[in-house]
Amino acid sequence: MRMELIQPFISAADAVFAESLQAPTKIQDLSMDENTYRRKGVAALIAIKGDIEGRVILDLSHEVAMKVASQLAGMEVEASEQVVKETVCELANMVIGNSVTLLNDQGFHFKVFPPEIHMDETGLAGSADTEAMVICLETPCGEIYLNIAMHYLHRRRSERSAVPALD
Amino acid sequence: MKQFAALLRKDNQPVRYLVVDDSVFARKNLIKMIEMFGGEVAGEAGDGLTAIAEFNRIKPDIVLMDITMPQMEGIEAVERIVRQHGDARIVMVSSVGYQENILAALQKGAKHFVQKPVKPEVLYEILRYVLSDDPNAVNAPVALAGEHHS
Repeated sequence: MRMELIQPFISAADAVFAESLQAPTKIQDLSMDENTYRRKGVAALIAIKGDIEGRVILDLSHEVAMKVASQLAGMEVEASEQVVKETVCELANMVIGNSVTLLNDQGFHFKVFPPEIHMDETGLAGSADTEAMVICLETPCGEIYLNIAMHYLHRRRSERSAVPALD
Repeated sequence: MKQFAALLRKDNQPVRYLVVDDSVFARKNLIKMIEMFGGEVAGEAGDGLTAIAEFNRIKPDIVLMDITMPQMEGIEAVERIVRQHGDARIVMVSSVGYQENILAALQKGAKHFVQKPVKPEVLYEILRYVLSDDPNAVNAPVALAGEHHS
């Protein structure tokens, strides 16, 4: 997998968690995974289609999600499934939004779909030709996982326009 | 916690805000900041359609508007609000901050753009700037938030 596609997600996650949780984060573990992803807690999946395609999963436990919720709200929040889902989606939106901004500034164009929450026990399959990078980030609220599976689908617009047309 | 000088209207009343975001947490976070700035939350909305109705009902001084929302996205809501109320002051608040998005929002009539996660000091400066051409708002803050009206 191309690191130039992964790095913006790591940078965005680091910046978003540090700002939202008001403390530095660090990468605790980084690994490649070719298997179907088994979530560790509540997972939000965001699909990406365009110059690059794939999906990003943001995954955190209920306990961590509730700590994040209280931090985001600036007060203790009563635990509920709805709060957990909202928290995971909000974090996912911020990380993906910031990543997209970085990639877009590099000339990649693609569409990002709204996050889908996964709480069932079945795994989240990637495409056959895509291996995923799994990043475990240690935050003041606990561990947050990012699973990124991304590949080029089309040549970038600038590269396409540089190729002479065949008649 | 950092203190901010209150942003007030010329009539010395708090600036009234409409907060539009489909995320409850994002709204709570913005509301917390508005209170730090000595403002008043006049209304909230979770989508663009509700935002238009709320704008017509409460006529806020400032709208803080998310972009990606269900039913109607923020940029379309901006266009519709500005079409009816040319003097509307809308600040876009979104995690997606690439140039095309920002330009689209500004072209439809938004006054400024701030990227999530929102830093209070950044939002404060943007609000000061946006309010500075408001005939009802003061250009310079006059009191610390929380001290001007009790």
